[in-house]
Order: sequence, then structure tokens, then C-alpha cells
Amino acid sequence: MLEIIDLHVNYGGITALRGINLTIEENQIVTLIGANGAGKSSTLRAIMGLVAKSGGRVLYKGEDFTNLPTKDIVARGIAMVPEGRRVFADLTVEENLILGAYTRSDQKAIANDIKSVYDTFPRLKERSWQKAGTLSGGEQQMLAVGRALMVNPKILMMDEPSLGLAPLLVKDIFEIIDILRERGNTILLVEQNARKALEIADYAYVLETGQLVLEGPGKTLLEDQRVQEAYLGVAR
Amino acid sequence: MREKSKTHVTLIILALTILGLFLANRFLDAYQVRIINLSGIYVTLGLSMNLINGMTGMFSLGHAGFMAIGAYTVGILTMPVSMKEMNFFMQPIVPFLAQVEWGFLPALFAAGLIAAFFGVLIGAPVLRLTDDYLAIATLGFAEIIRVVFTNTQSLTNGALGLKGIPNYTNTWWSWGVALITIWFISFLMKGTYGKAFLAIREDEVAARAMGISLFKHKVMSFAFGCFFAGVAGGLMAALLGTIDPNMFRITLTFNILLIVVLGGLGKIGGTVISAVIVTVMMEALRFLDESIDLGFVQLKGIPGMRMVVFSIILIFAVIVREKGLLKRAKGRELTYVKN
Repeated sequence: MLEIIDLHVNYGGITALRGINLTIEENQIVTLIGANGAGKSSTLRAIMGLVAKSGGRVLYKGEDFTNLPTKDIVARGIAMVPEGRRVFADLTVEENLILGAYTRSDQKAIANDIKSVYDTFPRLKERSWQKAGTLSGGEQQMLAVGRALMVNPKILMMDEPSLGLAPLLVKDIFEIIDILRERGNTILLVEQNARKALEIADYAYVLETGQLVLEGPGKTLLEDQRVQEAYLGVAR
Repeated sequence: MREKSKTHVTLIILALTILGLFLANRFLDAYQVRIINLSGIYVTLGLSMNLINGMTGMFSLGHAGFMAIGAYTVGILTMPVSMKEMNFFMQPIVPFLAQVEWGFLPALFAAGLIAAFFGVLIGAPVLRLTDDYLAIATLGFAEIIRVVFTNTQSLTNGALGLKGIPNYTNTWWSWGVALITIWFISFLMKGTYGKAFLAIREDEVAARAMGISLFKHKVMSFAFGCFFAGVAGGLMAALLGTIDPNMFRITLTFNILLIVVLGGLGKIGGTVISAVIVTVMMEALRFLDESIDLGFVQLKGIPGMRMVVFSIILIFAVIVREKGLLKRAKGRELTYVKN
């Protein structure tokens, strides 16, 4: 469905990605794990067109996305839950959701989608008139996910959704991802919480200093000795 | 139901405004009518700055410059041909403007459009900057405009300024424009563009991830703000009848900023009220500049004392009511799902 071929990203003189290849199939959860600075977030931002690519191509259902501006990428159904939630703090929950549908104009479908987000996250419905900045961290993450769902995405990319949340909330977040899978969403998940991510993922890639070093089904990587040592804290 | 009662409230306010202006023209003296005119102009100025600074979250300090462009446009376009000859005695006006004499309405439009044009021209490169850098760049632009106008003798009559601009501005013009500005900005903020402005104010990264083009919306907001600043500058020129480059110093921008901060960043109603209050207070507090006789002691007048009072009010407002004097109303501007 989404194919990334030989992607390179540079920030000034610093190389963030040195030629990575990813494939995401429909209805899969694909995860990208790796240490800080490995290039996980850069991958997502490059796909979204938020940072310039210095090489490589992005193909979506055969269409070349490499040089599309972000708004066109969003309009074609790729949504991102940005790192650190980044809800619009001074706007209400509902206004946040409406803004998620910015690239769409079908008012009826938008209203329906707001209802369905509220069905998925009843907490958001209770707080629909509240300013997003007054929500708790977990609720804000729900809102960030709900806002991205308002794009009506074919592919949802989540950047560190569990970052900065209490362990109990982290569990909630992975339950949300499970719900999204059941709804039939395709998900590209970037996570530092490698164990949780691998448990839930259909397929996983391991990124190290801008290069892919390992890939395979999530369960297989969980058993892999190198992954266990480097990311899961299992002693030899 | 709620929509309907809202329309009623709007109509009632509109009717009261018209009645109020009618009565004011009838019973108040020229000085008081002038204050009413100034209030209307400052409403327009406050709202146009609030659109840029409060609603889109850019920190621009270039308002005086755009007002100057508008004021000079109206001044040059509406001034009678014979008056132009008298004004430009140092150096004749450039030939293509010498025979021009427009009506007030087209001149105001031209003032807005030219100000907006310059807004886009400098906005395109400058709006890529954020926060303090944008403030510095726009501040610099306003000063450049002032210096350029001082030196383009054959276009603006330089430091001598323009005298004898026809006094077209009356309460209907000043408040008519103010009402149009209120309506236009409310309309804008209800629509898709307004939502995008708010999103950009709140979080630029998230706004981009939602597919909102930062550049397009920032330039658009800036251009609209500059348009109304230019129109207000034009009204000001036709109210005072005489303008010179030194009118458009940075202090003018700060007066408008005071209105915006007191009214509340991003708030339309608050800005309107604070514009009127600040304008009236500017006049009412004039006694502070003069010497005061307390009976037992004579206080010597200190020119500019009222500005000190305003500064104190501003400091207070920022500390105590960071959201403006009026709290944000309960009414929601963006709704789809009715519970």
C-alpha cells in the first residue's frame, strides 16, 4: 500500500536517514523501533512532507508522493498523530476535531465522523466543550488520535503515542491502537516502548543511526536475541 | 433557535448604533463627535491588528506603516487639483497624480488595496520568521515607510506633509467601516480560513500535519489586516485633514496594541469595547498633562503623563487579566454536532 524506497533525509550537514526501505500493507500495524535519534520521527515527517527529502521515493498505491505538499498528502488519506500530542490547547475538543477534517469539505460525513470519534472515545464526548489544554495527558492523546482520525485516513502514522504518559495510560493507548486495528485502519507506529510495540505489530523494522538493521514479523523480533539485548533489556 | 436569537441581538445592536450615531450628530459638539469618529477608526484598527496578532498568532508591529500608506493614498487621491499645487510648492507632484481627484469611497478602497499589496510584498519573505523576529522585521518596515515618505518629496510632499485633505470622514463613514470590519472578521473566523488561523496560532506543527498551509494562511491573514489598517489610515487622513510622516511613529502602533491586549487577544467584542474606552480615556485623561491646582499645592504639568497611566493599565492588564478585560464568551463559534 505504502512503499518507501531508499529514503534519505539531511538536516543541514547532519544525516538523519541514509537510505531506508519500508513497505506497509493494508490493515497491518507496522512498527518502527529504535533508540533516540535513530531517525524514527524523521521517517514519519519525511513521508508527510514536513521535512525535505534529500533522496528516495515514496509511493502510495503506485502514485508518487515524493514531492507532494503536505496538504495533498493529507487529502489523499495519510494522517499523523504528532509527537507530544500537540492538541490546539485554547480551542475546544470539538473545534480540534473539526480542524482535523480541514482538508475535507463533505459536511455531513464530517459530522458523522465526529460522532464516531465520540463513540470510540466517550471521554471526549463528555468533554466536547472543554478546552483541549485542560484535558489530562491521556485524554489529550485520545484527542490527538481522534483529530487524526477526522482526516478519514487510509494510513494513520503515530509518533511516540506513549511518550510522557503514566504506565496505566500507556496501556490505554495500546488499547486504542487495538481498537483502530479492529476498525480496519492501517497504522505505522513509531515507539520507544519496544516490547509493547512489537507485541501489537504485524510487522516491525528496527532502525539504528538512520539505517534499517533488522525487520520481520513483530512476534519474531520479540524472540530475536539482538533485539532482546538492545531494546528489551533482556540479559544474555 | 440559538442562531435566530443571535441574529436578533445583532440587529438590535446595529439599530442602537445607528440611533446612537444619529443622536450624537444632532446633540453633541464638534469635539465630542470627533472622539466618536476616532473611536470608530480605532475599532477598525484594533480589529485588524487582532486578526494578525490575536487570531493568527503572529507578532506584527507594522501597523503604523500600513496606516501611513492608506492615509497618504487617500490624501493624494482625494485632494483637489488646486490644493495639490499649493501643497507641493517645494517640488511639483509627479505628473500622473497631479490631475487626479477621486471620490472618497474609491480612494478608501485604493488605500486598503495598496496597503494589502505592500502587506503581501513584505509578508511573503518576512512571515517565515517567528515571534520576536517577525516583530523586529515589521517594526523596521514601518520605520522604513516613514523615512521613505519623508524623502519622496514629489510624491508625499516629504516632511511638510499634506494639508487641506477634504474632510470626508464623518460618523457614518468611521462607524460604517468599523461595522463592516466587525462583520467581515466575524464571518472570516466562522469559516474554514478562520479555523485555520486559530490552528496556526495554537500549534504550527500540528496545523501543518492537518494539511493546513502555513504560508498561505499567514499571508492571507496579514493581507486582510493590512487592508483594514490602510482603510483606517485613510479615514484618519480625511478626519484630520492634514497628515505628515511623523504621525505614523511606533507610538501609534503601541496605542493599537494597547487596545488589542486590553480587549483580549483573539476577541472581537472585547476589542470593540476596549477601542472605545481607550479612545475616550485618551481624551478624558488629558487633564493629567496639564498643571493641576490642588488648592494647597500647584503640580506642574508633565506632558505625556496620561501615557504613563496607560502603560500602568497595560501592565496591570497583562498581569491580572491575561485573557483581556472581557472573559471569553460562552457562545461557541465552531459547532457541528448538537448534543
